Amino acid sequence: MLETICYWLVGIGLAFDFFGCLGLVRLPDVYNRAQAATKCVTLGTCMILFGVALGAFGGVSVAMGVKALLCAMFILLTSPVGAHAICRGAYLSGVPLWEGSAEDAFKERAERIREEEIEELGEESGVQREKAQAS
Amino acid sequence: MKRLLGFVGALLLWLLLFWSLNIWVIAAGVGVAAVATALLGSIAPDGLERVLCLRRVGYFLLYLPYFLYYCVRANFDVMLRVVHPDVPIRPGIVKLPTTLKSEMAKTFLANSITLTPGTLTLDIDGQDMYVHWINIDTDDVKKRTAEICGRFEPMLRRIFE
Repeated sequence: MLETICYWLVGIGLAFDFFGCLGLVRLPDVYNRAQAATKCVTLGTCMILFGVALGAFGGVSVAMGVKALLCAMFILLTSPVGAHAICRGAYLSGVPLWEGSAEDAFKERAERIREEEIEELGEESGVQREKAQAS
Repeated sequence: MKRLLGFVGALLLWLLLFWSLNIWVIAAGVGVAAVATALLGSIAPDGLERVLCLRRVGYFLLYLPYFLYYCVRANFDVMLRVVHPDVPIRPGIVKLPTTLKSEMAKTFLANSITLTPGTLTLDIDGQDMYVHWINIDTDDVKKRTAEICGRFEPMLRRIFE
């Protein structure tokens, strides 16, 4: 009985993962693709790990189950952060939104961040130049 | 205090990963946890110890199934959009105000938004959040905020503030 539940959990998890990958192919731009990749793949992978943990608690070893649960927790915590970092980085380095996009509120803020970064870089290179001159 | 909490957390994680109470495992764990805390303690968020209060832990346990429900709904939402022959999306980046104050609460709000239907947090600037939304269905800022942040804000305020 328990084994059947485990196999079902792993199977459903795989199905979610599959749809996440399908989204990666079918959706138009980086940001939409990242959405499909984070949501489906996070839940799918967590379900696979949960199925493994349940099976391990039922027979193989408790240590394995605990490790699987810990992995699930870390994926749940890190994958949204990763998606955020990838998308923010993509936007700041100039990847355009899909042409069918309805709105873009991030443009001004992104330009401000870029200007700040350029200023910082300028200061750093200025400091280096001064150092070079001093030496 | 927050370093102590970090140390205990790291040690607990180590012991869970090894799943043994051998004296050498514990000794090595204490060493590793101490190094990790010394290196990373300064970036731990302020107000971490407030989370230890029992009422907050209770609300957090309530928050988990609530969040999981939206997470599953998000998956079916994305799945339908992906398998639909026309791929029905109307994406864009919107700017939303949030009323949460503490950094921890805002982090959790951003992560929850990323894992729930059709939204992905790009950046937080003070009280403004920039969210990529896969299907913008209204132009009214209040309705948008209620739809995206409103689900989680009351519970997160009870947990972290």
